[in-house]
Amino acid sequence: MSGQISGEWPLYEVFVRGKRGLNHVHVGSLHAPDDQLALRHARDVYTRRNEGVSIWVVRSSAITASSPDEKDPLFAPSGDKVYRHPTFYDIPADVPHM
Amino acid sequence: MSVVAEPEPEADPEADPKAEPESEAQLEARFQAVIARKDRIEPRDWMPDAYRRTLVRQVAQHAHSEIIGMQPEGSWISRAPSLRRKAILLAKVQDEAGHGLYLYSAAETLGVSRQELTEMLISGRQKYSSIFNYPTLSYADMGTIGWLVDGAAICNQVPLCRTSFGPYGRAMIRICKEESFHQRQGYELLATMMRGTDEQRAMVQESVDRFWWPSLMMFGPPDDASPNTAQSMAWGVKTHTNDELRQRFVDMTVPQAAALGVTLPDPDLVWNAERGAHDFGQPDWDELWAVVKGNGPCNTQRVAHRKRAWDEGAWVREAALAFANGTGTGTDDNDNDNDGTEPA
Ligand SMILES: [Fe+2]
Ligand SMILES: [Fe+2]
Repeated sequence: MSGQISGEWPLYEVFVRGKRGLNHVHVGSLHAPDDQLALRHARDVYTRRNEGVSIWVVRSSAITASSPDEKDPLFAPSGDKVYRHPTFYDIPADVPHM
Repeated sequence: MSVVAEPEPEADPEADPKAEPESEAQLEARFQAVIARKDRIEPRDWMPDAYRRTLVRQVAQHAHSEIIGMQPEGSWISRAPSLRRKAILLAKVQDEAGHGLYLYSAAETLGVSRQELTEMLISGRQKYSSIFNYPTLSYADMGTIGWLVDGAAICNQVPLCRTSFGPYGRAMIRICKEESFHQRQGYELLATMMRGTDEQRAMVQESVDRFWWPSLMMFGPPDDASPNTAQSMAWGVKTHTNDELRQRFVDMTVPQAAALGVTLPDPDLVWNAERGAHDFGQPDWDELWAVVKGNGPCNTQRVAHRKRAWDEGAWVREAALAFANGTGTGTDDNDNDNDGTEPA
C-alpha cells in the first residue's frame, strides 16, 4: 500500500484471531499513518483484555467489496440450489449414521 | 466498523447499467422492510437522509461523550490513593478512549470524517452528555461515577446493542462487554469507603448527593419533551423511551444504594406496589437545558481541554504522516526506528 498520503491518517480494517484454531475475524477499524502503527493501535484499541493472539491490519482502500445488498445478483446463483444442502435428501429415519 | 468510509452516492455506480434504476419509493420500501423485520441497515445500503442525519448526530454525540468523559476521571489519576486504584482508574479511562474510537469509526461509516467530527465537538456544533460538565471534587466521585454514571450508561447502552444501524450496534456490543468492570470498580470503591471512617462515609454520601440528579438527566428529557423519540423508535434506532430507561435505572439502583448504606437525595422516592416500580421525583429540567446550552459548571473547561489536546497533537499527526510518506511502503525498514517491541 503506498502513494503519498495527506490530511487524515488512512483507515485500516482490523482482524483478530481470538485463539489458536480460529480464523481471524473483523473487529473494527482505525486510523493510522502506516502499517506498523496500525498494528500497535489495533493492539491498544481492540485487544486490551487478551482478545487475541494475532492481529491483521489492512488498508480499507485495499478491500474490494461486493454490495451487501441482499438482492444483489452476485448471490442469486446459490439461492435456488437446495440440493446443495443435506436436508434436501429424504433418508428413512431408521438408517443409522446419516 | 465497515469497509466503506465514503458517503454513498445516491445512485449506485456499481449497479447493473442495464437494470432500471430503482425509484426513491422502492428504495424507501426496501429500507422499511429491513427495519420492519428487525434486521440491520449496513453502511452501503440506501437510507433516508433523515435517518443518516439522526445517526450521525446520535453516534457522534455518543463518541464525544466517551472522549470528554475521560476528563473528570483523568484529572484524578495522579492523585489516586493507592497503586491499585491508580491502575484501575487508568484502565477505565483508557477503556473510555477505546469506546470513543469504536463509536467514531461507526460514525465514519455514515460518511463523516474523523477530523470533521473532532472539529464539530471543538466548535460546539455537536454535543456530548451533560453529565461530564459536572466537576469531580473528591476521590469518592471516582466511585460514584463508576456506580451511577457508568450504571446509567449501561442502562442506555444495552438496548442499543440491537439498534437498527449495524456498525452502531456492533460498537455497543464491544462497549457493553467492558462497562461492567467500570460499574463494579466504582461500587467496590464506594463500599470500601463505607467500611472506613465517618469522614469517608460522609464523602461518599456527599458525592452521591451531587451525582444523583445529573445521573437521572443522562436519560434525556421526559418523553413529552423529547420530540425525536417517536421517529427514532420507528426507525429502530432507539428501542425504549427516555422515561422507560430512567425508571429501569432507578429500580436497579435503589437496592444497590441500600446495600451500600447511602441515601438517594429524593424525598419522593418510594416503592409503588401497584406499579411494581419506584415513584421518584423529577430532576430540575431547567438545569439540564442550561448545561446542554453550555452553561454547566465545566463546559468551557472541557471543550478547551479537548481543543488543546487536538492542537498540541497536530505536530505528532503530521510527523507520523511524514515518516510514513518518507518510507514509501509505510513499513518500518529502518533499523534505527525499531525500538525492539516489534520483531525485527
Ligand atoms: Fe464508555
Ligand atoms: Fe464506562
